[in-house]
Amino acid sequence: MKEFLAMGGYAVYVWPSFGLTFIVMALIVLGSRLQRSRAVDMVKRKSQIDENKTDH
Amino acid sequence: MGGENTLYGELSLVFRWFHKLASLKNFYRLAEILLPWLTGLCVILLAVGLYRGLFVAPTDYEQGESYRIIYVHVPSAWMSMFVYVVMAFCSGLFLVWKMKLADIVAEVSAPMGAAFTFLALSTGSLWGKPMWGTWWEWDARLTSELILLFLYIGYMALRAGIDNRNTAAKAAAILALVGVVNIPIIHYSVEWWNTLHQPASITKFDKPSIHISMLIPLLLMALGFTLFYVVNMLSRARSVILEREASTSWVRSRLEGNRL
Repeated sequence: MKEFLAMGGYAVYVWPSFGLTFIVMALIVLGSRLQRSRAVDMVKRKSQIDENKTDH
Repeated sequence: MGGENTLYGELSLVFRWFHKLASLKNFYRLAEILLPWLTGLCVILLAVGLYRGLFVAPTDYEQGESYRIIYVHVPSAWMSMFVYVVMAFCSGLFLVWKMKLADIVAEVSAPMGAAFTFLALSTGSLWGKPMWGTWWEWDARLTSELILLFLYIGYMALRAGIDNRNTAAKAAAILALVGVVNIPIIHYSVEWWNTLHQPASITKFDKPSIHISMLIPLLLMALGFTLFYVVNMLSRARSVILEREASTSWVRSRLEGNRL
């Protein structure tokens, strides 16, 4: 395990590469989820506004 | 619309299928069906590719373990160009046929393309330091990839900077189309100029100059990255469609049925 983590002396280059890739991809997924929940909220809000309009 | 039959009646089935798919409502439904399957496949490909790349693939006789950066660097670099081509193609569809869906796909692709370009540049830098002895070199491959990042940023800035949505979409689409000349420059830069960057070892017509046990994880990762982009693009396109179609009856009936 120790040997694996050492990456033949290249650990300081290999692991940041994989780590950075993981972080960026995680951010992309989070962004997609955020965009989705915002869109759903917007649809709900808009239909609420329209319902209130027809009540008057 | 009454004229639809006479207008499209004689066009081929393919075109009609395309037209149907291009309707935002149908795309929303299709993406909804596809997403769970594509997500599952993406997770499997990335997991197996990562495992084989880190544990199964042998050590490189020249570069030692440092070559394993290839498993994130090359898929990112491929995606940086693939996403741009998708964006430019969709921009063309939007400019010529005013396809709303194409504009949406281009819009949501840009930030992801920029992210992959950033990854290609930074993992390349982390690979270049131990192999070439430098983090950065103004050579043709690296410089054209950096220009790609600026094209993505310019595209997003243009869309964000113009208030009128249609004007913004058209201006950005033109920028995307003009910038597509950079793609063959990136690809052939290693052949046209004397660069520090090594020439292509996978996309050669004869035989890839990489051992099969090293190649398999690379292809798995590349396919996984592609699906990762497709999944997030579909999800984001669905969100944009919801926002743009918020007042339509099909969105309202989905809202009432609690199946947005």
